[in-house]
Amino acid sequence: MNLEFIGQTLVTLLAGIPITLELAALAIAGGALLGFAIALMRLSQHPFLYVSAWLYVQIIRSTPLLVLLFLIYYGLGQFSALRSSFLWPVLKQAYWCAVIALVINGSAFAAEIFRGGLLSVGRKEVEAARACGMSGILLYRRIVFPLAIRQALPAYSNEMVAMVKATSLASLVTLMDVTGIAASIASSTYQPIPVFVAAGAIYLLINTLLTRAVRALEYRLTPHLRPAQYATASAVTEAGVTPT
Amino acid sequence: MDLARTFELVGFGPDGWGAILLAGTATTLAAAFCGLLLSFVLGALGASAKVAGGPAARAAAETYTTILRGVPELLVIFLFYFGSSSVLGAIAALFQYQGFIALPGFLAGVLAIGVVEGAVMVEVLRGAFLAVKPGEIEAAKACGMNTFLRFRRIIAPLTLRHALPGIGNVWIGLLKGSSLLSATGVAELMRQTQVAAGSTRLPFDFYVAAGAIYIVITVSSGVVFQLAERHYSRGVARP
Repeated sequence: MNLEFIGQTLVTLLAGIPITLELAALAIAGGALLGFAIALMRLSQHPFLYVSAWLYVQIIRSTPLLVLLFLIYYGLGQFSALRSSFLWPVLKQAYWCAVIALVINGSAFAAEIFRGGLLSVGRKEVEAARACGMSGILLYRRIVFPLAIRQALPAYSNEMVAMVKATSLASLVTLMDVTGIAASIASSTYQPIPVFVAAGAIYLLINTLLTRAVRALEYRLTPHLRPAQYATASAVTEAGVTPT
Repeated sequence: MDLARTFELVGFGPDGWGAILLAGTATTLAAAFCGLLLSFVLGALGASAKVAGGPAARAAAETYTTILRGVPELLVIFLFYFGSSSVLGAIAALFQYQGFIALPGFLAGVLAIGVVEGAVMVEVLRGAFLAVKPGEIEAAKACGMNTFLRFRRIIAPLTLRHALPGIGNVWIGLLKGSSLLSATGVAELMRQTQVAAGSTRLPFDFYVAAGAIYIVITVSSGVVFQLAERHYSRGVARP
């Protein structure tokens, strides 16, 4: 194990970072959007919407992501109707299959987090908004969403880290992300330990930066929880996570 | 997708893959269970280090949880599986042995998922211990119990009760994580499904069947954990 080899490996692994980050960004954004829609469905009064959203969340959360990924990547090709349809140029690419699987998987977890956030918005706040004459979209835009997002953000940051980690499965459907490149270097150089440790360090760095960024956003969004100007930053973060 | 055909394929008939999928399911459960044992041991060690350890033990536990929760499970599995061969190969070379030598895929995989979920278990057990009320421990001291007796009679049962939901989550994580062992060739459910899908050229049917088996396992273990929770909370007033 020499330093020169580790350095070289790290440089080669850097080539995989863009695809890892792309997959993660698409999964986080797509998972959030789809998850939000599903959370709204779960909270609706309509029994069909409620039951189907509940079923979706239960099914997706109980199956491993790998099953979903292989179902989309290998399974869908079984249908000749689909193979000749306009969707095929997208579905035949491993990249989009991975994105779709990650978005579907992430949306089920995100839906539960957002549902918790939406439920945490107090009845009084909503009543006050209604008393001021807000209704429908305005009520949601001004009152419910901002409050729900503040509540859901800490939990969603864990989910974001999980999604970054989940992108490594894309290497199993031929994509050359950080894990994919690491596996190929490891098998060609017969030095698996430094290669996988270097790849792990890259993921750790990405996740640390991501967590820091979300915490900074959380700090910005919760000025009302900061005790006073002179308080130290660490005391404020403590106050930020205490449920009030 | 023809349902009658699918049922025949995953059934136990002459053309059915039922027995193979069942064997895979058994391996999946075995891997997840061994992983649970390992993660419990690591979790207990890590949690006690974080709660009662000195600065060095605390720092070690903190490093362990930080690293293992920020690194993909698949990488850890690859590290243990392929890494074990280079470590064992180097040791074997000292004894003039030149052939290929590695940990069996199952063992390496169980170690990997156990170590990964152990990091989650540290937090689960730590949180559960912190939920034990100081008064309960003081009462045990007042009754004259020594440290060991106090741990066995009071702290361990109360901690485990609080930890039960978290342990259930770890178990689900292990079940799902064990599907990644297919990447190193362990003949668990996912691997057997891949084999069946490849040789029948009906991947959709088989991946749906595999998903259904995973759902059955998770839902039934959810029920078991719920019953266990109810059983062990029978002396507690519900809020």
